[in-house]
Amino acid sequence: MGIQTPNGFNLDNSGKRIVVDPVTRIEGHLRVEVNVDKNNVIRNAVSTGTMWRGIEVILKGRDPRDAWAFTQRICGVCTGTHALTSVRAVENALGITIPENANSIRNMMQLALQVHDHLVHFYHLHALDWVDVVSALSADPKATSALAQSISDWPLSSPGYFKDLQIRLKKFVESGQLGPFKNGYWGHAAYKLPPEANLMAVAHYLEALDFQKEIVKVQTIFGGKNPHPNWLVGGVPCAINVDGTGAVGAINMERLNLVTSIIEQSIEFVEKVYVPDVLAIGSFYKDWLYGGGLSGKNVMGYGDIPEHANDYSAANLGLPRGVILNGNLKEIFPVDHTDPEQIQEFVTHSWYKYPDESKGLHPWDGITEPNYKLGPAAKGTPTNIQELDEAGKYSWIKAPRWRGNAVEVGPLARYIVGYAQGKPEFKEPTDEFLKKLGVPVTALFSTLGRTAARALEAQWAVRKMEHFQNKLIANIKAGDTATANVDKWKPEAWPKEAKGVGFTEAPRGALAHWIKVKDGKIENYQCVVPTTWNGSPRDPKGNIGAFEASLMDTPLADPQKPLEILRTIHSFDPCLACSTHVMSEDGQEMTKVTVR
Amino acid sequence: MRTLVLGIGNILWADEGFGVRAVEAFHARYETGPDVTVLDGGTQGLYLVQFVEACDRLLVFDAIDYGLEPGTLRIMRDADVPRFMGAKKMSLHQTGFQEVLAAADLLGRYPSRLALIGCQPQDLEDWGGPLTAPVAAAIEPGLSVAAQILAEWGVDFRPRGAEARERLLAHDLDHRHYERRPRGAEEETRP
Repeated sequence: MGIQTPNGFNLDNSGKRIVVDPVTRIEGHLRVEVNVDKNNVIRNAVSTGTMWRGIEVILKGRDPRDAWAFTQRICGVCTGTHALTSVRAVENALGITIPENANSIRNMMQLALQVHDHLVHFYHLHALDWVDVVSALSADPKATSALAQSISDWPLSSPGYFKDLQIRLKKFVESGQLGPFKNGYWGHAAYKLPPEANLMAVAHYLEALDFQKEIVKVQTIFGGKNPHPNWLVGGVPCAINVDGTGAVGAINMERLNLVTSIIEQSIEFVEKVYVPDVLAIGSFYKDWLYGGGLSGKNVMGYGDIPEHANDYSAANLGLPRGVILNGNLKEIFPVDHTDPEQIQEFVTHSWYKYPDESKGLHPWDGITEPNYKLGPAAKGTPTNIQELDEAGKYSWIKAPRWRGNAVEVGPLARYIVGYAQGKPEFKEPTDEFLKKLGVPVTALFSTLGRTAARALEAQWAVRKMEHFQNKLIANIKAGDTATANVDKWKPEAWPKEAKGVGFTEAPRGALAHWIKVKDGKIENYQCVVPTTWNGSPRDPKGNIGAFEASLMDTPLADPQKPLEILRTIHSFDPCLACSTHVMSEDGQEMTKVTVR
Repeated sequence: MRTLVLGIGNILWADEGFGVRAVEAFHARYETGPDVTVLDGGTQGLYLVQFVEACDRLLVFDAIDYGLEPGTLRIMRDADVPRFMGAKKMSLHQTGFQEVLAAADLLGRYPSRLALIGCQPQDLEDWGGPLTAPVAAAIEPGLSVAAQILAEWGVDFRPRGAEARERLLAHDLDHRHYERRPRGAEEETRP
């Protein structure tokens, strides 16, 4: 039976149902069900995921100055981004400003996390959707070397280098311990790279694994430790003492030089390895432009990376802020996090209870009350679902909407908003990238577009890190070493009641925390995270979310091995903070694909 | 010879926090030499590879479902460690610790000695809840086992003479403060 959704998709659930559970190589537990027509083209898509049950349960009654440390534990990936969002929310509520140096340092920590996450996502979680590891074993090392040298002057590219690597890989595969390469659909018809490109990509997979640890050092230097770096309401927790030598905690010249060197190395790796690889891989998949989903229609960015401290208006933000609706790039709507009519979360199709579920709730008034029940047409039992009923409640993810619209968030959304704003730092690299591939701008609205935007953004981010490092050093040289504002540190200086909002652009999209403070303690705390936007189920009007939309009309080469579904879902870099990770001691968790 | 004493898991999910709470207790109890890193790994998944590849000896505390009585400890050594951690999915996009070990192996830097102190959890669903009594009670024997293994490896560590200058977890996340609130508080916050 066909249904037309208000956001322009034709859903037909009459065909064969395919259940993919879980979608691997993502954070948390995500399950996807699709219906395919007789040509194995997806005609209906349903995504359902786990989500934490609301941080307010844990934060209520605690000190707002500690909230960042708790939110850092929600998820293992966006730790620092959650912490930054949290300190911004508290500062916004209590009217606390931060020094310019703190802004520069926070930006560098956030950008470092962005680059780190994008790099690891591409090589270690997403590349294997495009790269066939087993095929790399049959590559000719000499031809691989020629290929590598034709796309970049990165020095690790000799025939001997690729030969050694191939031998190592072969040993690893033959040992039967595939480790990170297990559960792959190796040999699948949807893999298009020649063996040489596969070998080059596997080499860079390992190099990226080795290199990513350098970028993290930025967190260690400025945040005092890693994992779980320190943050501070009112600034950053590190003192600056340029003349100091080896003093514990204080940032001296030696540490600043280390940051400069890490940034230089990151620029080199991103520009000589990451971006050329995405371009090279993309050139073999130019005719696979599925997965656009909502990106050509509705996208949203909150914006981030303030140039000057304490100004979160769109004009002061490096990453773009605004909403585009119905693919109209000529009109960009401003976002107001405090307007109860703009951002609202719906639970009509989510396993939560509201007094009136036809209406959405603004996060300041958010409620997280579980209500687990399956729709009448669901198959299986509540503890062993075989098939969901998307007409009923079917996900632990709420459905956030901007003025009632489902929107996509993330690097592609940011690049589309930046492109539409005509900002040269987003438009020019995008146009150049598209030109090199020989594809039109509409090619951006695709799975590959998301992957490309992420790579371009990593390049933007490393250059921006350089900018803030220079700014920090110039400021210190001018005699300003302030890193924290403690004027309102003590609760006595706070209003009796206050509310605030903090926002960032997490690697995978727009993130915001809403806080209410009463008598010096947290009264309510709500987070709306990027994957809630992208992974949301249907809303009361029937709009489908970004994951669901992105799967529509994609042909599957082999429904038993739905590589195309993994590829598109991974392109969002999903992050569903997990409910529980412990599995039985011998239960290998494999993706189960059921065709009904 | 470098040693890593690592606790992994998510403290926000009741007994899922066993590994982190155990390493926190280890840190409070013992001081270690310069070649030893005591780390709260949280749910960092693949991001832990740099710590793993940098060590020669690795001791891990973690909650693992063995299907035993809650609070039961099971100790795995060397080759059994990746085998028994295969199904355990951590964060960073469900990277199992086995994959972290495999990644270190691929980089050609794999610890020569491994030990896993696994504890059978009782409750992993209690969001924001404390460690359950049997799991909390397993920390102390877990520390004894850890001390035994580290001594066997010849690792430089000894009981602290005075309290540690810094706790491993701070900002109200340390074990005592995290759990200080009465269980009723959770009910009160529910609408």
